[in-house]
Amino acid sequence: MVTHIAFWALAVVAVLAGAAVFWVNSMARASYALALSFIAVGVQVLLLQQNYVGVVTILMMVMEMAVMAVYMVMFMGMNPALMPMSMVHDKRHAVAASVGVFVVLAAGVLLVPWPARRGAPAEDVTAALGEELMGPKMLVMVVVGVVMAVTIVAGVVLAAHRTRYDRFGDDLRRRPANDPQPGGVGR
Amino acid sequence: MSDPVTTVPAGWAVAAAGLLGLLTTAAAVFDGVLTARAAGARSSGLGTPVWEVARLLRQRRRSTVAADHLLWRIGGAGLLVMSLMIVTVVPLGRWTLFDLDVGVVWFNAMDVLAWAFVWLTGWGANSAHSLVGGYRFLAHGLAYELPLMFALVAPAVAASSLNVGTVAAAQDGLWFVVWMPVAFLAYCLGAVAIAVWGPFSPALGADIAGGVTAELSGVDRLLFTGGRYALLAAGAAFAVPMFLGGGAGPLLPGWAWVLLKTVAVLAVFVWLRRRLSVLRPDLFMEFGWVVLLPAVLVQDLVVAAIAVGKG
Repeated sequence: MVTHIAFWALAVVAVLAGAAVFWVNSMARASYALALSFIAVGVQVLLLQQNYVGVVTILMMVMEMAVMAVYMVMFMGMNPALMPMSMVHDKRHAVAASVGVFVVLAAGVLLVPWPARRGAPAEDVTAALGEELMGPKMLVMVVVGVVMAVTIVAGVVLAAHRTRYDRFGDDLRRRPANDPQPGGVGR
Repeated sequence: MSDPVTTVPAGWAVAAAGLLGLLTTAAAVFDGVLTARAAGARSSGLGTPVWEVARLLRQRRRSTVAADHLLWRIGGAGLLVMSLMIVTVVPLGRWTLFDLDVGVVWFNAMDVLAWAFVWLTGWGANSAHSLVGGYRFLAHGLAYELPLMFALVAPAVAASSLNVGTVAAAQDGLWFVVWMPVAFLAYCLGAVAIAVWGPFSPALGADIAGGVTAELSGVDRLLFTGGRYALLAAGAAFAVPMFLGGGAGPLLPGWAWVLLKTVAVLAVFVWLRRRLSVLRPDLFMEFGWVVLLPAVLVQDLVVAAIAVGKG
């Protein structure tokens, strides 16, 4: 009973905090409203006894929002990120799209015949979930993981405007490297 | 397999908070004594925390123009909450408040909150110096967080469990600190960093007028400063079941050993503040990624190989 009430209360918090992302007029408040929304979802997942998934959701989302705060000032320049500003752009299309998505999802919730429970939950629901999601496709998952890591590295390499020739000179012999921001290891 | 720890009723949370409060006070007193001695002051420095608390409680709460009060207060009070959440999963000998099967990840999720809270404290004041401090902390965070995460992986792999009590019980005979010293050092670095302590204090640097704490006054400053000491204490307490054998030790009961080891680690943390130079965020970034992270990953590999070898 208590679990049910907590679950629904967290659902309300998650939705309201998610909506607050668009109501507030500051980047910091929007970021951390989103973090709060994700934390509420993470605790909901904890209530579903998916302990690992729930705690990792909280961990990842808080860290992600903190990193977003770095990028927000890094890429937006100081002023827009630090001044009050609207969090919505292209309002008319956005409202149309979000109302459409909401109607479709809500209709789905109401119209789908939800199945009754068959059998009992597994002993370790986290392991069962992992097995269900990835069990027969483990090789694909492993490959996708490597591909994603390579994509990140390649993206950074392509985006960086300085190459090794800028750092080490035309013959790649200059030591230490000529960096605008020296590192701590003295390479 | 029998459960190595017993969960105590929730009411004991008050006692746990009191215990954390005692450790926090002890850390502050010890730091006061060291400060007085370093300054060559006539007084012993034992009373420093008491006078400081009294002063801050009497001080009027100052605010700044267009401060984001909500986020500022959340950030300032958050460190204390974090430390309380961390100690819920630390077993005191046989007893624990919250016998979570993924307690190690729980600690990790809580320590990441420091990113949010310290930055928010820097942000909320609407002051350039304190915002610079907040970003200095995030820059440190980008360098210490991944080594800290992978340092926590090593004991979990060796014990093949994410439950803190099971990790402590798995060190029967040989403490993890002995055969995973790199992970232990990286963990200690992280524990000191989340408290914005010692080498990681440029976020509060005097060169930026106190950084994150530049505009904090009265009870807000008290909560933030107290939260830092509490985080040091919580970080020291969590090191005990992870690396230092938990309640293992001769003669004394388990809970006494846990407390004794916690106090010892905490004392070293406090003492280190005067022994290590501060780490510049920009220089430490490269160190964290080029030296620390590979070292911890190799440590994990060695631990995993040994764990597989043992079957």
